[in-house]
Amino acid sequence: MAKLIMFTILAVIILVAAIFCVSTKRIMRAATALLFVLFGVAGIYFILDYTFLGATQISIYAGGITMMYIFAIHLVNKRTLQGLSERWSSKRSVVAAITSLIGLSTVVFILLKNKFIKETLSTATSSGELSMDIVGNTLMSPEKYGYVLPFEFISIFLLACIIGGLVILNINKKREEK
Amino acid sequence: MIPVEYFFILSGLLFFIGVFGFITRRNLIAMLISVELILNSVDINFAAFNRMLFPNGYEGMFFTLFSIGVSAAESAVALAIIINVYRHFNSDQVNSIENMKL
Repeated sequence: MAKLIMFTILAVIILVAAIFCVSTKRIMRAATALLFVLFGVAGIYFILDYTFLGATQISIYAGGITMMYIFAIHLVNKRTLQGLSERWSSKRSVVAAITSLIGLSTVVFILLKNKFIKETLSTATSSGELSMDIVGNTLMSPEKYGYVLPFEFISIFLLACIIGGLVILNINKKREEK
Repeated sequence: MIPVEYFFILSGLLFFIGVFGFITRRNLIAMLISVELILNSVDINFAAFNRMLFPNGYEGMFFTLFSIGVSAAESAVALAIIINVYRHFNSDQVNSIENMKL
């Protein structure tokens, strides 16, 4: 029961912050609302007993990505920071609202009416928190149910992103020199 | 214990709030923030599926970890591109970019 109350509070925080994030006209407020959404999602992970995942969410998303967004906004968005807001087209938001409502009703209907989920739920039993050595061993294990291949893919992907960022900056520098 | 349907409804709502923002916003950074909302809703679903339906496996948790890593890299590269677009076109609105070639 206590978990249900905590879940309700977190869900209300997440949804209100998300609606504020997409409806506010000032970009800096949208970034701040995004921070609240990320903290709420970290709280959901803590409720589900994935404490490692919650800590990762707070340190990478709330600590790293939000800072990156705020610096990018400061570099890019002088006009909006001075209080001038972007224009809204009402036709576009009506189309967007209809699209999202249709999609939402479809997805929720399918998820709630799915028999497979109900059958699995009756047999499943919840286990406690995931210990740190299981996380480390599974992440580096090449055997069945091990995740060394996606782990290495992520590392190559990060390297590709670093090189890609440098290449993008270099293109710009050459153009300025000409 | 929380019923698993509540997680579905929460993540579905968050996903389509993100889709709504992605369609309506005309600012590149605001669109990217909406994409982050969508990614977070998918992560909630991964974790909830893993914990509620298959508590003996760890797939959902590890793929949430990988998804957090991928989204960090993706937003870094996207912000680099947006800063370059701003330097070139002096604007961060989508309408200002008419052709892809700089």
